[in-house]
Order: sequence, then C-alpha cells, then structure tokens
Amino acid sequence: MTTVSSAEHTRRDFLYIATGAVGAVGAAAALVPLIAQMNPDASTIAAGAPIEVDLAPVADGQIIKVFWRSKPIFVFHRTKKEIEEAQKVNVATLPDPEPDSARVKAGHDQWLVVIGICTHLGCIPLPHQGAYDGWFCPCHGSQYDTSGRIRQGPAPKNLALPPYTFVSDTKIQIG
Amino acid sequence: MSGHSTYQPQSKVLQWLEKRLPIGALVHSSFVVYPVPRNLNYLWTFGGILAFMLGVQIVTGIVLAMHYTPQVDLAFRSIEGIMRDVNFGWLLRYLHANGASMFFFAVYVHMFRGIYYGSYKEPREVLWILGVIIYLVMMATGFMGYVLVWGQMSFWAATVITNLFSAIPGVGDTIVTWLWGGYAVGNPTLNRFYSLHYLLPFVIAGVVVLHIWALHVVGQNNPTGVEPKSEKDTVAFTPYATVKDGFFMAVFVILFAWFVFYIPNFLGHADNYIPANPAVTPTHIVPEWYYLPFYAILRAIPDKLMGVIALGASIVILAFLPWLDTSRVRSARYRPLFRQFFWLFVIVCIGLGWLGSKPPEGIYVILARVFTIYFFAFFLVILPLLGIFEKTKPLPNSISESVLGAKA
Repeated sequence: MTTVSSAEHTRRDFLYIATGAVGAVGAAAALVPLIAQMNPDASTIAAGAPIEVDLAPVADGQIIKVFWRSKPIFVFHRTKKEIEEAQKVNVATLPDPEPDSARVKAGHDQWLVVIGICTHLGCIPLPHQGAYDGWFCPCHGSQYDTSGRIRQGPAPKNLALPPYTFVSDTKIQIG
Repeated sequence: MSGHSTYQPQSKVLQWLEKRLPIGALVHSSFVVYPVPRNLNYLWTFGGILAFMLGVQIVTGIVLAMHYTPQVDLAFRSIEGIMRDVNFGWLLRYLHANGASMFFFAVYVHMFRGIYYGSYKEPREVLWILGVIIYLVMMATGFMGYVLVWGQMSFWAATVITNLFSAIPGVGDTIVTWLWGGYAVGNPTLNRFYSLHYLLPFVIAGVVVLHIWALHVVGQNNPTGVEPKSEKDTVAFTPYATVKDGFFMAVFVILFAWFVFYIPNFLGHADNYIPANPAVTPTHIVPEWYYLPFYAILRAIPDKLMGVIALGASIVILAFLPWLDTSRVRSARYRPLFRQFFWLFVIVCIGLGWLGSKPPEGIYVILARVFTIYFFAFFLVILPLLGIFEKTKPLPNSISESVLGAKA
C-alpha cells in the first residue's frame, strides 16, 4: 500500500477537507439534541406555572412553607420585633449587603417571601433557629436573619427572593 | 514486557481457533508465563481483588436492575420489594451495597500501596493516571448508585453534590438545572442517574483494560522499587502470582461476607430507610464513608467556591503525583524521611474521614483546616522538597540480592 504524495493540491486533499468539515459540523449538530434533552422538559416547565398563596391564615410570627417549581418557598409573617431587628442592622457589615427594604414589597413590611434553599449547597434551613431569629441550616451551619440574609456560615448569598406580587392585601401570586 | 509465549494448544479445535484468533497465546503470555517480580507482598494482591469486586458489582447490579424501578414514587418501594419479596433479593442488595464499600476499601489500599512504593514513577506515569481516572469514575458511579435508593440520605446527597456545580461563576445555576432536568432534584434526575449508574461500570471496565495493558507494558513495580534485571529476579505469573492473588482474595471475601451477613447496615445510615422527602433536610447529613475525607476538605474552607475548588483539587492532584515527587528512589523502604511523612499522610486522610462525619463546628473545623493544609502540603511542598534534601539509603543491586542476601 503506497500513497502518492505531491506538493500540488489534489482532489484528494479537497475531499479530506470537505469530508472533515462535514463530519465536524455533523458531530456538533448531533450534540445539540443529546445535550438539550437533559434540560427541563415541557411538562416540567408547565408544572412550574405561577401559584397563589392566601396569607390570611398565617399568624403573626408564623412561617409557612409552600412549593413552587419543586422549590420550598418560605412565607414569613414577621412580628414588629422581627421587622425592627431586620431594619436596624448596619447593612455594610453584612456578607451580602442588602437593606431589608430591598427584600420585601413596599408597604408589606410584615411579609418576607424567600426561596427556602440554603445558598451554600441546597439544604432546607430550619425556621426560627440560629442566633439571628431567622433560619439555621443543619447541613453546614449557615445562619440567616429575619430578613433571610446570610449572617454567619459558609453560604455566600442571602436566601433568594422568588418573583411574586401582591394580588390583594392577603393574597400573593408566586411566579 | 510480556513473557515470550510458546503457547501451542493440544486440541485440534483450539489449534484451529488459535490460527484465526490467537486469544490463547494472549492469555498465556499475559497471565501464565508473564514474569512478575519474585518479592511481591500481599499488598500486590489488591489489583486482582479490585477486578473481582468490579465483577461482583456488575453481576449483582445487573440482577438488581431487573427488580428496581427508577421512578420517584416507586423507587424506594421497589428497593423494599427487593429486600422482602424478591428471592435472595436481600442478599443481592447487601452484596451490592457492601460491595461498594469493599471496592473502595480495596482501592484505597491499592492507592496507598502505590504511593508507599513509588509505583507512579517513571515509566509508570500513564499507568498511575489511568488508575486516577478509574477512581474518579468509581466515585461518580458510587454516588449515583447511592441516590437510586431514594431515601432521605439519597435525596439530600444528590441535592448537595449537584449543588457543588452552582459554585461555578456565571453558568453554575444553568449547569445545575441541566443536571437536574428540572428546578430541583426530581424524577428526571433519578432517571438519568439510573441510566448513568448502569453505564459507568462498563466505562470502568474499559479503563481497567487500558490500566492492565499499561501495566503489562512497563511491568510491575515491587517492594524494592528496583527493576528486575535478570531471570533470577522474576517468577512466572502462574502458579506463583495466581495462587497468591487467589489465596488473599479468599481472605478478603471472608471480610466481605462478614459485613454482608453480620453487619450489613453498619456502613449505611438509618436515615436512608426514610423515603426521600424534598421538604425536610435530615438534621445531620453525611456522605458514605469513602467520600468523607473530601467532604471534610469541602467544609474546612469557609468560602463556597474555594471549598469546591479544594474538593476537586484534592482528587485531581493525584494525577500530578508522578511529577510532584522529585525523588529518584521509588520505594519508601529506602526513604526514611518520606516514610514518616507518608504515615502522617495516611493518618491525616483517616483523620479527615473522621472529621467529615462530625458536625462542622468548634474544634472539628479547626482540625479539619490543619489536616487539609497537611494534605495539600504533602503533595505541593513535602514531596518536591524531599527529593532534593532527603538522604536515601543504599539500594540493593537487584531484587534477588535483597531477597537472598548479597551471597546470592
């Protein structure tokens, strides 16, 4: 078996390049469905539609847990004392500085709505625990205050806020 | 370094086959006449034990897959069905679950042996790196298998481990959603983990073939770290290595059987007999024992991204070991200082494992930090410097001299 090599460009060189290019484009195109199939499918996205939560039964100081997009959402009816605690903190000293006013809707200071997933590695923090009257994560010891802000421990960020709006004074829509 | 095969089958049928596919000669040269150093100790039997354990996991796993249902509402129940209803299901599952632990125990002995005797040094770098790849795939496989049980520990292990990827700046959350196939760990996650858990053992088997191939090219290291120089330094694989491997494998299986029949849940967690509940995190979550040292390293670092990087680095650093260790002498037998640092390293690894099982508070965090620093210092500071400063002991002229004394 011998191959004839020549300095001239031959039709075989052209075939090599053309075949290689078609192969590369084909392989890249084949990767698209193979990778995309792992993203959330249509039924999962449909099941993630907005939900409404009635706030009337939530007592002063109570934290309820609802599920939206398989994520636990904490709805915290804060007492006067808890609101004050959240507001009087010197924001500049926080690991993830955010004033309490940026974490609640204007005029609804008593309602804190946060995604109940520790921003460290995804455990669900326990309500009304820890040194800051907010949440304590049992997995790696992160502590959140009454505004859901990280105060101590390995979590890098405050508890995330889900998108939500007040439909009326006693009803919110999450999503 | 394959032994020269003079394989000539007796039977006419085998002769016919041999002319068309010389598989008999391959087996004969690799596992019969293949020369092995005459001074191998029992630590060298763990390669065979690992191959055996991979076989056990694949056989029991394929059978378990016939009874398991990878669906969030049925997975836990199907496992209980295996335990209570399937004929010998309890035995097969306990073999598989404890088999994973035995597999990891054997791989740790195998790795520490490699480090002690310098088995990663030139010309065995590729052999060693293939081993690190096998170990990485083993970790992924073991993790996904643990998730399939779909108990509380399974669910939260899946959540915590997949969330490690959320530390990647910018694209972290996108990657995690992609891994989950949803907005949290759920049915799509379980389903794909099942698919991958079935696939990866065969990937391991493929890399094991490369690992053994590389081993048979460069030959085995031995306790002196001196290469065989003459025929006096080696013996034939069969019967010498075969019987030694076989004997110790039997001893190892006794240990395995003790776990399976007497303390099958000793290495597990009671919380994993509670069905997965996405609304409640168990108060104390820990990974399986074989991941604990890495978990301790992750928690020792107070920053999320840095913790994840340290966790990854603690495994990847192994692949660079052949170049981090600058000493020309392979075996710790002739490296008095290295030997002490090595045993300290073993203690630190076991200590990190113990700390990984403790809650991340007080003295445990401080100790974990000290041990983590030693873990990395061993690779990045001690090994490079020892090669320069250590005064090693004189090497024997040959393997047979070290075994029989100078007069031989």
